Amino acid sequence: MDAESLLLSLELASGSGQGLSPDRRASLLTSLTLVKRDYRYDRVLFWGRILGLVADYYIAQGLSEDQLAPRKTLYSLNCMEWSLLPPATEDMVVQTSVVKGRFMGDPSHEYEHTELQKMSEGEKVFEEEVVVQIKEETRLVSVIDQIDKAVAVIPRGALFKTPFGPIHVNRTFEGLSLSEAKKLSSYFHFREPVELKNKTLLEKADLDPSLDFMDSLEHDIPKGSWSIQMERGNALVVLRSLLWPGLTFFHAPRTKNCGYIYVGTGEKNIDLPFML
Amino acid sequence: MGDTPPDPEPRPQQPSSRRSSQVSQRRSRELSHLPPTISEEVPRIAFDDRVLQSGQGILASQNNFQDWSSGPLLTQQENLTMFQAEEDQLGGVEYPSLNMGFQPQPYLEEGGIQAARNTSLMQQLQQGQGSLFQQLNSAYLETQPNFLGQFSMYQGEDLQFNQGAPHGPYMRDDPALQYSPSELGFMPFNVEVPEPEPRELAVQNAKAYLLQTSVSCSLSLYEHLVNLLTKILNQRPEDPLSLLESLNRTTQWEWFHPRLDTMRDDPEMEPTYETADRQKGLFLRSGAAGEGEQEMEEEVAETAVPNVMETAFYFEQAGVALSSDESFRIFMALKQLVEQQPIHTCRFWGKVLGLSRSYLVAEVEFREGEEEGEEEEVEEPMEGGEGLDAHAEEEGEEDEEKVTDVIPKPMWKPPPVIPKEESRSGTNKYLYFVCNEPGRPWTRLPHVTPIQIVQARKIKKFFTGYLDAPVISFPPFPGNEASYLRAQIARISAATHISPLGFYQFGEEEGDEEEGGAGRDSYEENPDFEGIPVLELVDSMANWVHHTQHILPQGRCTWVNPLQKTEEEEELGEEEEKADEGLEDMEQEVGPPLLTPLSEDAGSLRTSTLAGATSTVPRTSTPLCQPPFSTSTPAARKSWK
Repeated sequence: MDAESLLLSLELASGSGQGLSPDRRASLLTSLTLVKRDYRYDRVLFWGRILGLVADYYIAQGLSEDQLAPRKTLYSLNCMEWSLLPPATEDMVVQTSVVKGRFMGDPSHEYEHTELQKMSEGEKVFEEEVVVQIKEETRLVSVIDQIDKAVAVIPRGALFKTPFGPIHVNRTFEGLSLSEAKKLSSYFHFREPVELKNKTLLEKADLDPSLDFMDSLEHDIPKGSWSIQMERGNALVVLRSLLWPGLTFFHAPRTKNCGYIYVGTGEKNIDLPFML
Repeated sequence: MGDTPPDPEPRPQQPSSRRSSQVSQRRSRELSHLPPTISEEVPRIAFDDRVLQSGQGILASQNNFQDWSSGPLLTQQENLTMFQAEEDQLGGVEYPSLNMGFQPQPYLEEGGIQAARNTSLMQQLQQGQGSLFQQLNSAYLETQPNFLGQFSMYQGEDLQFNQGAPHGPYMRDDPALQYSPSELGFMPFNVEVPEPEPRELAVQNAKAYLLQTSVSCSLSLYEHLVNLLTKILNQRPEDPLSLLESLNRTTQWEWFHPRLDTMRDDPEMEPTYETADRQKGLFLRSGAAGEGEQEMEEEVAETAVPNVMETAFYFEQAGVALSSDESFRIFMALKQLVEQQPIHTCRFWGKVLGLSRSYLVAEVEFREGEEEGEEEEVEEPMEGGEGLDAHAEEEGEEDEEKVTDVIPKPMWKPPPVIPKEESRSGTNKYLYFVCNEPGRPWTRLPHVTPIQIVQARKIKKFFTGYLDAPVISFPPFPGNEASYLRAQIARISAATHISPLGFYQFGEEEGDEEEGGAGRDSYEENPDFEGIPVLELVDSMANWVHHTQHILPQGRCTWVNPLQKTEEEEELGEEEEKADEGLEDMEQEVGPPLLTPLSEDAGSLRTSTLAGATSTVPRTSTPLCQPPFSTSTPAARKSWK
């Protein structure tokens, strides 16, 4: 959610039950403006909170002018001091996929993972147990990246693509209408499109290239991995991801307010197909 | 045949239909500025686009007055006639109204004259209408200059329509418009006003062009640009250039989607208004009740409604919170519940998120002696079922003696049904009411049976939000979503309701012995509790205790031997008795007694699976599909710390 409308966004996203205490909210308001100034970001988003056993991580992201460019991620333990996280790489994701369970809450904590590696010494090939140390920070980075790629959501029309390439925030976005807001096809994944080129020509003909340049949520697998609800009568539409439980996206139809926040344990729900 | 017809697309568009009201609007606007709105008054004609576009000038002028003088049909015929005459007779035909279209209002009265001319023209209608359209363009272009010469009626204007100069003394101002000679070909015309300057003429022509509308679109470019610029000037956004495309799009959209009449109800907002009405009822009722009876004041101190706002405040400090207005609405809804049902104590248990809707759960105790009528209804069918089974088995035995060749009876007997616990004890200590939203009626959840708890431990399903939805899973769950919800609530309550050590104590009873783990199941608040410092509470888990009974693997809090023979079972034949003997050595299940500290929870010293870390924090035992927002009694629960 945008740091500029933090209080309102927190209020709207509070239906999931996970909020922030008043002292955290106040610290966020001040620290995020400082972050914006110091790092010279165009927009700062409060991404959410990953719950650890000992402490929680508060995550923020900074965006540059081009909305789909890779974002800088920062974390903090107390909402005042923010530290930059390294960008995620493929190796990181692979490496940390073996780590299961909750986050500890200590960024310097190291997970020990024993794996059997084939070592060859001379002519002998034998397996040796190697203990790999994985830092929690690495795990944090990869989890945030996975969540962003999988379930970050933006409504259709909130961003538009200029002919030169960069993606801008659409300042004339007045919000989705009520009928559009109830359909999953009006929401896009906030990431580089993956499925777009696989569409048939017929489908592409109906798309508006300046608005429909991202994948929609409609074709997510497994089907039904999004729960879409209207709260407060029809005044607020809330999307919750069932694949990463804790990700809440809210939008007030006919207004500009929208945003998503992740408050959860950072664990993917791999039982999803059985639970539906 | 002449030039190829110009590309119709770039031409200014003509409307396919014009309502007379628009006609009058345009006309009145015309009065203010001279350039004619050439294409405005084209009525609905059954011509195709090409015809219309090619015959723009002719049509426009023709139809300007046709609307007023005669019906569209006549106009159509008139047009046909026009074109017909065009191709057959290049001369000698009068087209009096052609020029009239470009004249301001005063010339309208001459429609009567037109009618006379129309009849004469109609005679020519019979001639070869079929080939009309094909030759239209070329004929039109060719006869352009000839037309002008045919206006015998308006001799005075001939000055401006020199045949020799097809485009007249005025210059075509827009070089891009090569293909539409018609609109620009005709002069804006007013006998009373002297001939305008060429430059002014050009401006008027340009404006005329911009005011055109097309068959498919009733919005002219001129009007659209006016709207757009007005909007920009009114709103004065920053950096309007970057917004230009979006504003363009929205302005166009707004033209075609006018705001609904204020007298009409917006259908999309209906559910919002309904919800608001319902919730208004919440607020009003509480107000009315308070004002009605003065006696209520005495009972205020003893009201069962919990102070939701206070507990919400504490939870918010911990970072677990619903928004404050939602908490208030929940408070109102609980108040409503207390008024409707005979409730002794009530507590907001929490919120369970579902796929389509969520559940708000209230934990309730009825007053002493208030037996729930629904309970008995549920029990009766069960007893009836057991009686039938016994009867069927007896019949089966009789048959067996008579008939030798019989299908062997399966030896498998379903495991004995473990009776559920009495209300107000064990897992059924409290009653639970759920509703989807504050303002909706509260529904009571049935008591939970042990088999439901046992099965609920094995499955993991999302809640949909509808209490009567089936729970389709493997192993199959005996019940619908209401039972599953109740079972989950029971498991959560049993595992996670904790309080600081010493807050609750056992009541002083005479019979203090343990009965094989069945122990004490009641506690009371300790009046001498002084509180434990926060640091100690955080450091050691031994300072926290469970104050709900642990659920045994059997599914109950107190163990029951299912093999105890009831009276019905003793009537059964000998075969069943033999089968039973093998199972008699069932062990009594034992669970930790009440008020056990958290440090003795299973998993407190367990190492987590692959990460290799030792986790000394007790984990909540039940893996939950959706994180429910579960609260305990007044002591705030510290979960993640």
